[in-house]
Amino acid sequence: MRNDLRSRNHRCFWAFLVHRVSGVALSVFLPLHFWVLGQALEGAGRLESFLRWTDHPLVKLSEIGLVLLLAAHLSGGLRLLLLEFRPWPAAPRWQQGALALTAGVSAAFGLLFALNVL
Amino acid sequence: MDLLRVKIWRGGESGGFATYDVPRQGDQTVLDVVTYIQRQLEPSLAYRFACRVGMCGSCAMTVNGVARWTCRTHVAKVEIDGGLEIAPLRNLPVIKDLVADMREFFGKWKKARGHFVATATRRDEFARISPETPQRKAADAAIECIGCGVCYASCDTVSWNPEYLGPAALNRAWTLFNDVRDGARAERLQDVAGDAGCQGCHTHLSCGERCPKRLQPTAAIAGLKRATALAAMRGKL
Repeated sequence: MRNDLRSRNHRCFWAFLVHRVSGVALSVFLPLHFWVLGQALEGAGRLESFLRWTDHPLVKLSEIGLVLLLAAHLSGGLRLLLLEFRPWPAAPRWQQGALALTAGVSAAFGLLFALNVL
Repeated sequence: MDLLRVKIWRGGESGGFATYDVPRQGDQTVLDVVTYIQRQLEPSLAYRFACRVGMCGSCAMTVNGVARWTCRTHVAKVEIDGGLEIAPLRNLPVIKDLVADMREFFGKWKKARGHFVATATRRDEFARISPETPQRKAADAAIECIGCGVCYASCDTVSWNPEYLGPAALNRAWTLFNDVRDGARAERLQDVAGDAGCQGCHTHLSCGERCPKRLQPTAAIAGLKRATALAAMRGKL
């Protein structure tokens, strides 16, 4: 028998899930990003018309989501590197502090970008 | 009388839950509840326990979805609307009712070379190990494991990869790797390297979250990852 959500429902597992989902979402986004940049090679007009489309409020909103994903994946990745490479000190619960920090950093980046866009 | 509605797993892998009503009592533990059912209501109920005080590690079960020592878990702490759901430990074959087959769990301790390999005899002097060395501190932080299987049952990597040695066996390997008296430290590193060993850990930290002794097997596994990486770079793996 396998575990269900009741067993998985703790902060560190949610952090793993955020890291995995943001990683998958970003890897889907990346080819799209390169394709858009590739449009510049086809001529300034095509890129320009695409950039015009990104001025749409809904696209702007999803850009905020993208920045949140990037910030979450970056700070979550730094947390993982800390867990893997830094021998843990005597107090074993410090990684939960690291979790709060990664969540805070992600939220701050998202907010900063949102304020910049809106 | 205040009653507790208790769902208990009956049968083997393909069994199901049966419901029993148990009188509530002050300071009642989950093990008290299971014992009441076996002695008063269902004599054929199979479960495992020994010390009842959190020393032997034999009474671990899945209580409301979470692996716990039943002897050290008060009903008041885990009941939901006067109900309890008690099942055998996850990630292990079910023998009968609440009894999980632990052979696979302890077999993996053997695979991780979880035994001390002596380098001295009884005729030698006592080894003098300073408790202040980083190695001894790392071993001390991980050594209190009593092999209850709670971390193994909570680990999703074990569910995903049945070959994975699991948190307890790797934690044990880490204590021995840090024991300077042990004579098989290099061989043990080879045993715990690879996808079924320390590199398989996905850092969910469920083991440390659920460990009743508040150990952190993930810290031990991270230590083994660093040690195996160093050994590989030096061509010793």
